[in-house]
Parts: sequence; structure tokens; C-alpha cells
Amino acid sequence: MKRFDLIIVGAGPSGLSAAIEAAKRGLNVVVFDENEKPGGQLFKQIHKFFGSKEHRAKVRGFVIGQQLLKEADELGVKVVLNATVIGLYQDKEVVVRIGEEVVHYKADAIVIATGAAENMVTFKGWTLPGVIGAGAAQTMMNLHGVKPGNKVLMLGSGNVGLVVSFQLMQCGCEVVALVDAAPRVGGYGVHASKVARCGVPFYLSHTIVEAEGEDHVTGVTIAKVDEKFKFIEGTEKHFDVDTICLAVGLSPMSQLLKMAGCKMEDNPKRGGQVPICDEYGRTSIPGVFVAGDVSGIEEASSAMIEGRMAGVVASEYLGYIEEKERDEELEGLSHALDGLRQGMFAPKNRGKQIEETEEGIPISTNLLQKGYVSDAEIEHFPGVTHVVGVHPVIECTQNIPCNPCQDACKKGCISIGCNITSLPIAVPGSKCIGCGMCVASCSGQAIFLVDEDCGDGTATVTLPYEFLPLPEEGKKGTALGRDGKPVCEAEVVSIKSAKAFDKTNLLTMRVPKEYAMQARFIKFA
Amino acid sequence: MEARISEHPILGVMEKGQLVSFTLDGKTVQGFEGEPIAAALKAAGLMVHRYTAKEHKPRGIFCAIGRCTDCVMVVDGVPNVRTCITPLRAGMQVKTQYGVSDRQF
Repeated sequence: MKRFDLIIVGAGPSGLSAAIEAAKRGLNVVVFDENEKPGGQLFKQIHKFFGSKEHRAKVRGFVIGQQLLKEADELGVKVVLNATVIGLYQDKEVVVRIGEEVVHYKADAIVIATGAAENMVTFKGWTLPGVIGAGAAQTMMNLHGVKPGNKVLMLGSGNVGLVVSFQLMQCGCEVVALVDAAPRVGGYGVHASKVARCGVPFYLSHTIVEAEGEDHVTGVTIAKVDEKFKFIEGTEKHFDVDTICLAVGLSPMSQLLKMAGCKMEDNPKRGGQVPICDEYGRTSIPGVFVAGDVSGIEEASSAMIEGRMAGVVASEYLGYIEEKERDEELEGLSHALDGLRQGMFAPKNRGKQIEETEEGIPISTNLLQKGYVSDAEIEHFPGVTHVVGVHPVIECTQNIPCNPCQDACKKGCISIGCNITSLPIAVPGSKCIGCGMCVASCSGQAIFLVDEDCGDGTATVTLPYEFLPLPEEGKKGTALGRDGKPVCEAEVVSIKSAKAFDKTNLLTMRVPKEYAMQARFIKFA
Repeated sequence: MEARISEHPILGVMEKGQLVSFTLDGKTVQGFEGEPIAAALKAAGLMVHRYTAKEHKPRGIFCAIGRCTDCVMVVDGVPNVRTCITPLRAGMQVKTQYGVSDRQF
């Protein structure tokens, strides 16, 4: 039997973070992962992350994955891949299937960081080829470079459904509709808005009646549901699609903990069967720790902090650091985690219906029901102002923990202040130089540079553009509104790509000036 | 429409292994060495990986991470191979799975 100080199950964001913290303090650490490659879901995350600098905000998920792997590697963390942990027994005995072999290991401490699995819903035809999980879509397109389909219907308006819908469009798929049985969009408004303005219709209070097709999906029928989620007759709509993507939530993969005898609970707020644990991931069994989604569904940024916490408490548990050092470390990490657990989408607000922002501004009802803020509603927000000359228009309308825009502007045009969830303000009297760093830095793609009156009857709008092919200057297209509907003709004035923009191209289009505050995307025939 | 993404706006051009040949139900198909068999099959336009034992219902890729076992096929004579996580090698013989074998019902 092989022995280690610490065995970690799962080489995703939390497992690797725990390994890094423990290895730093001298523990002999091994990480097992059932996959062929480490990094968990991080390498499928191609959008820029939210948060502040300490949470690696505005860095794309897969880049964070590369950074974590490099750090773990430099510290000598051993990551064993294609290694499925199939048993966790008394006295921290771990049984691992590696290839066709079953190997026994023993540790003095264990961190379970197995993450979560996708939930499913059933409907007529749900087993047909072409009905896939949203995670499967991400795996195919972002890891393997293969389009999951051509015409896709997305079920689920949480952040996964929204983000994956956008990613599908980025790789050239058409998303025909975004559907959710809930009456309100579940994910970040900014994620919804960037999907809606590309022309994807949202169908809230709708769900799938049937996936159609003989041998594979050729179409789908959705229908409206009442408040008891029963179909309302006569509201059916049909779409020709070859793919139906399911993004209906995640469940913790906590089976190993149950097997080990940890006290468990069924907690819907944390996503299902989870171990009972304290804020640092200590379970009911001394020396068995948890981190990441397995102890409650959140996202990768918080999983990384939880992982680091678990690494720190495990180090102290085994005597590699003093209690004092542990507590100092944990204090800093708790502060960072607390920063992420603020705002409208914080775990404590799950299930609550929030009517207004922290600033007292009514939440856009269009945003919640249709995925976009209406032209009238957008004027209520402090990032939206009208001044002469080019200026940022910050269409950030919900309190989420994120502030890269504030740091991006060297001219002080954007302010969030010390409360990270506050809505960004366009600072009165500041002078925008039109550099576009705010546009590229906004993880939610919610900032535009607008010159409302160029003096010749036109206006220019600069928007973040993450699609291929990049249009040439002078190319004509149709400007779309926040609702994704055509508003006017538009011409590409410039397209800027810079290393500092990190693949977010800045597309500037010219539109008649009366559409300056409506045109938010451009579509080419 | 071409299923392979030639250039991705964020990820650029994906690094792939060598282009190799393998067979699907006896027909020669091409894919990149090291990518999951299922990815090569998806690029080749295959939707149905297997038919269920009892009701003979079609199944294809569902989770793409080796969890659901919907995409299993007979590979080099071995049934129940999860094609979504098994790397492609040159000359592999991949067959549609009927129940637990490659014999049609």
C-alpha cells in the first residue's frame, strides 16, 4: 500500500488549489483524477471570469487552469490521471482504479474535490441522439474543436445555459431559442444580454414538450407552463433543430463522502446531497475535508478559494503549520470568499426575488423575462449617461461582485468604489480618451463606447466582438438592438485587436445618431 | 456544414494529433490521433452510437465526459467502450453497438 500525507480526489480548480497550498507547506501530496487531462471544467471556460483582481477577474477560465497546473507542477504535486477513486474507507484508505488495475493507497488526510454532475430533465424523446448536456457541448466545442450541432435549442437560463449559448454562437452554431420553465432568467443579466442582443429569443415559463426525430433530433416543440409547471394547451411552438442542449443545474458528486461515513444532509440551497461541514471544509470525520462544488454548488472562483482553505486546514491538521499561521491564512481567504458571496446572486439570496438594486433602482423586468434591458429601463442606471464626445456607456444593472472596469480606466471615468457589488458609475466630468480598455475588460461584455453625435448626423458605437471572421473596415451590416431585433443599417468604422484586450475585439460601427442608444450589436448578411 | 471548428475566436486553431484513418462499421473514416473517438465520429457526421438491448432505441453522445455511457460502441472487438473518453488511434475498428455486441438485431 502506497502512503501519502494528503490524498486529493479531483484535479479541478478546488483540488489543485488545495494541492498547491498543502505542497507549499511541505506535505507529500497526490491528486487523483478520473479524466485524461487535469483542470476539471476550467479548460472549457473560455469567458472572462468575474470578481476582483484577487479572484483573477477578467482572466479567461482556461488560462486560470493553465496557471494552476503550472503552479502545482512547480511545487512537485503529483497528479495521477485516468485514475478513478472507487472507494474511501476507514482510516483514510483510498482505492483507485488506474487503467485496468485497482490500487490501494493510504493517507493521513483527505480532500474530496470531486465537483458536480449535470442534472437532467426528461421529456418525450429525451434519449434521442442530439439531446446533450450543456457540459457535453462545452467539451466538444472548447476541448475537441467540434461543433455539437448546427441549430441548437438551449434549455436552462442559469449561467451555464447562458454562457454555453454564447459559446455555441462563438463557434458558429445557431442558437434558435433559450427556454426555461422558470418565470425569470436564473443567471447574470449581463450574460443574458450578450446572448439576447445577438438575436436569440428567450422563452421563460416555457419548457420542452417533445424532442422530435426517428434516429436523431430533427426538431423540438416547446410550450408555455403555468405556475404549477403544467403545459398550457395551445401555446406550443416548433423549432427545426438538430441539437437540444440541457443546462438544468448541477448536483454535488458526494458519493465518496457518504461511503466514508461523513454526516450528510439534503440541502437544496447547496444543490442536493452534501456533507455537513464547517466554513473551511472540515467534515464530521477528522482529517477528511471538502472543497468546491461537492460541498455546495457555486462556481470556479469560489471553488479555488475553498480549495486553498482545505489545503491550509489539512496542513495544520497534520502539524505542518501552527494554528496561528492557519488562522491568519484562513482569515485572508475568508475575506476573499466573502467578497465573491455578495450581491444579488449570493448563496444567501438563492430563491429570493430581488426587486431593486442596492442603489434602490428597480430591476429591469424585461431583463428577467426576455433577457435584455429595454431602451427606457437602461436610462435608470448610473453607468448610462449622455455627454458630448466619446464616453463609456456601462450597461451593468445588477449587483454582482465584479470590478475590473474600475481598474481598466486610467482616466478615472468609471467608479465602483470599495463595495465590489455596487453598480459602476460613469464619473461626471471625467474625460474619456476612447481607449476601449473598459470595453475589453468587462467580463459581462456590458460596456460600450458611444459618441452620440459625430456632427454629421451619425453616431459611433464601440462594442466587444468575440466572433469570427472579423469584418473589414467599411463593411456594412445591420445594427441590432438590445433585444436582438434590427434597428438600422450600420457600417464598420474600425476593428481593434490588441494583446491587452485578450481576444475581445473592439468593433466600432457608425449608425444614424438617433440610434446611438439603441444599436448594440452588428449582424452581417 | 463542416463540424470541425477551423479557427475559434478565443481558442484560435486547436492543436490536434496526426490525421489517421480508422473504420466505422467497416467504412474508412479519418480523425485526429488522440482525440476522443466520439469527436472524430461527430466530425464525420455520426449521430447514433448504439441501440439499446431491450427496446432497440438509438443512443448517441450525451455527457461527453465518460459518465453516462450512452456513447459506448464496440472498439477493436471490445463492447461498451466509452467513445467520448477513449483516444483515437490509427486503424481502430469501431462498430455500432446493438445491445452489447456488434451483431445487428
